[in-house]
Amino acid sequence: MSSHAYDYLDGNAAAGELSKIFAVDVTAAEGQCAHCGAKKHFAEAHLYTQAPGVVARCPVCEQVLVRLVNVRQYVFLDMRGMRYLCLDTSQLQDSSRE
Amino acid sequence: MIWRVGTVVDLRDETATARTIILAVPDWPGHVAGQHVDVRLTAPDGYSAARSYSIASAPNSGGRVEITVERLLDGEVSPYLTRELAVRDRLELRGPIGGWFVWKPCQTEPVQLIAGGSGMVPLMSIIRSRAAVGSTAPFRLLYSVREPGAVLYRDELQLQADHERAADITYVYTRTTPKNWPRPPGRIDPALIVSATWPSKLAPTSYVCGPTSFVEAAAGLLIAAGHSPDKIKTERFGPTGDRK
Repeated sequence: MSSHAYDYLDGNAAAGELSKIFAVDVTAAEGQCAHCGAKKHFAEAHLYTQAPGVVARCPVCEQVLVRLVNVRQYVFLDMRGMRYLCLDTSQLQDSSRE
Repeated sequence: MIWRVGTVVDLRDETATARTIILAVPDWPGHVAGQHVDVRLTAPDGYSAARSYSIASAPNSGGRVEITVERLLDGEVSPYLTRELAVRDRLELRGPIGGWFVWKPCQTEPVQLIAGGSGMVPLMSIIRSRAAVGSTAPFRLLYSVREPGAVLYRDELQLQADHERAADITYVYTRTTPKNWPRPPGRIDPALIVSATWPSKLAPTSYVCGPTSFVEAAAGLLIAAGHSPDKIKTERFGPTGDRK
């Protein structure tokens, strides 16, 4: 195996950046890949951070799920690779964590 | 999520290259074992760099957060955090982050922890959380390190091993072993998964953390041993060792 084959991280690594946009945690959210239909938690996505932004790819088919690019005060979010993302909003009411 | 300011209240060297930073964060909202924080450093000229570090401490109400940082030779942030940073210095933090790679005290099923190198950090938070709440969930830890000197939290892991209902720990050394160690240096393999981890029929939840190549190998071995991919949670960090 070449080290190049393992140049990705996981969806957890995007959680800090995504927390600027989403009011709830995205890593535990389940989503469906628009390309192959796989349903996975966002934390399971393969994340590539060497690009000018971050690119999340489906862990099953490796097609692009999400692209996120910061330009000055703007965040460009391209989510066309996801059919849906199911977010748990219960944590909004419950700010006291276990 | 906002950036908060934490003040360094203590520093503890774990190994020759890893240091634990204990921070007081007055408005810390609390965390769950396994979560991480982003740490941001800003130079006088305005240049800033952020990195993610796993939280090592158990959830607590005291506004204390511990992270353990491994120094990377070509790192931009870790040499500063492990060498220059002093007590009373301040750091910017964003977190806690991540709701997926977490263990909660309400979980009673067997837990298999598998750590590669500094992938031990979030798993230590899980072990500490289990001890803090008096959980009796059966725990096993498989901990792969290069050499004996690279073991993080060695004394604490040894101490907890003496307790009743302790987590059962198996060390794997990939380059140098202690004297008279039964297994020659080498990576984790199918035989070790069979002898040192919970059998798949117990349906444990597995937490695997380490460099990406280690996580891929360990998760693959678990699946080959009959574990359901749905019960395996993974957290990878980069081939350079830079956290995420």
